[in-house]
Amino acid sequence: MTEIQDYPSRLDDPASRRFETFSYLPPMDDAALRRQVAYIVARGWSPAVEHCEPAHAMSHYWYLWELPLFGETDVDRILGECRRCRDANPGNLVRLIGYDSKRQTQGTAMLVFRPAA
Amino acid sequence: MATTYQAGVKEYREIYWEPDYTPKESDLLAAFKIVPQAGVPREEAAAAVAAESSTATWTTVWTDLLTDLQYYKGRAYRIEDVPGDDEAFYAFIAYPMGLFEEGSVVNVFTSLVGNVFGFKAVRALRLEDVRFPLWFVTTCPGPPHGIQVERDKLDKYGRPLLGCTIKPKLGLSAKSYGRAVYECLRGGLDFTKDDENVNSQPFMRWRDRFLFCQEAIDKAEAETGERKGHYLNVTAATMEDVYKRAEFAREIGSKIIMSDYLTVGWAAHTSLSKWCRDNGMLLHVHRAMHAVIDRNPRHGINFRVLAKMLRLMGGDHLHSGTVVGKLEGDREATLGWIDMLRERYTRENRARGIFFDQDWGQMPGVLPVASGGIHVWHMPALVSIFGDDSVMQFGGGTLGHPWGNAAGAAANRVALEACVQARNEGRELDKEGRDVLLRAAESSPELKMAMETWKEIRFEFDTVDKLAVAA
Repeated sequence: MTEIQDYPSRLDDPASRRFETFSYLPPMDDAALRRQVAYIVARGWSPAVEHCEPAHAMSHYWYLWELPLFGETDVDRILGECRRCRDANPGNLVRLIGYDSKRQTQGTAMLVFRPAA
Repeated sequence: MATTYQAGVKEYREIYWEPDYTPKESDLLAAFKIVPQAGVPREEAAAAVAAESSTATWTTVWTDLLTDLQYYKGRAYRIEDVPGDDEAFYAFIAYPMGLFEEGSVVNVFTSLVGNVFGFKAVRALRLEDVRFPLWFVTTCPGPPHGIQVERDKLDKYGRPLLGCTIKPKLGLSAKSYGRAVYECLRGGLDFTKDDENVNSQPFMRWRDRFLFCQEAIDKAEAETGERKGHYLNVTAATMEDVYKRAEFAREIGSKIIMSDYLTVGWAAHTSLSKWCRDNGMLLHVHRAMHAVIDRNPRHGINFRVLAKMLRLMGGDHLHSGTVVGKLEGDREATLGWIDMLRERYTRENRARGIFFDQDWGQMPGVLPVASGGIHVWHMPALVSIFGDDSVMQFGGGTLGHPWGNAAGAAANRVALEACVQARNEGRELDKEGRDVLLRAAESSPELKMAMETWKEIRFEFDTVDKLAVAA
């Protein structure tokens, strides 16, 4: 009989907040993140960067960083925009979206930077 | 020139077998598997099915001459062997558009699977597939929201959704039930679900259940920062009760309700689906009784037809088998009908049991729900089979975790995200799934525990309803 482990999630602990796809995995290192960006590019989706104050993260609308990077296929440039957004908005969450215009939806969306809680 | 009336019984094939007929775009087409009575030729049996499912009765009647029977009759236009079954054959039948009421799935099936299924000239009869002409599709209401709208409402992209059916199925008090819901949702699931037979029994009346579940959802959302839902089952004995429960669900802020489309009845279900669109409510659809209709390989209605029918009548989720879990389901056949639920156009593909091209026009898609005996070890196969636009619906695979529902839910979620991440990286989940899970478990004690608990559970029984595919 192994010991039962308590589930560590609390209303008053900001570290308990999650941010959808991949937010239950450990933060991705640079190489892993690059592979996900390459996936967005390979699917032909339009990358877009969004950011938000953690207190308002449940809003459907985060701030859109400039405009979606239509036609951008350079993984380094896309990651560079994520970093620019993070540096210009300290303390904000930053997520990367792949817009799928064929299916009129977001093909994927994932948090790429999370400020220390 | 006017025809003269001759009373008596004719062979069906004189009128209803037309091998030279080219189906029209506006025709409704059906593929039946027929086992005729001994001594009845295939053409006669096929013509009899065409006749009895359209205009004919057993004898000629004088009022036949007051209508344009040449137009209204169903026509058997092709017969084919069934691979691996010498007794059965496929018959293709075309029905003219004028036979059917616009937008009424009820009307179509009252013809197609009506008296003909008890007809003595056939020993067994199975409706394998139906091609609905585009004009008919556009007169049907379709899903209240569809996949894209659901994703937008819930803010969930790039992965399948996760659910859990609360167990034990029956007997929990409303407050204990809400506790189970809360634990699942705070652990990382998107949805929890009422069991199909949870309606409003003495041990837990519907109103109490709805309120406790909603409080569980609200707290789990605040705790995780993610949007959550519980499929509140509004299936009831009368439509008045169904609407009353649906309206209460809306009042308390529920995002999704559920109905059992076969037991509640098709007209009732379609009405509820229209209500859901009018009220911004997602509709989860369970399929109790389907196996009564679809499991016998020689008689009944193939599930792909029931799935198509549901998309036309409306629903945002539909249970569609898992392939890998405890319930019946052939992999290729399942791939066939989950495409039919989601895509705008599906092509004939006999390897997947699809007999016709089907144009869905602009009708939104339905999320297939993989439910029944699944656990974390199945996750790589489920992601590979179902892709992102699906719901993986656990039960014991969440609730049976040795540390409780929240840990079980977290294990499900970590396993799912690890599989999606690996797939996106180009890794083959069918081959590398085990490594992907083992790696993910290194940073998730909940997943590690789940993998140790369910290591040996497999459901490897032979499928009863196998696809008949030519070798």
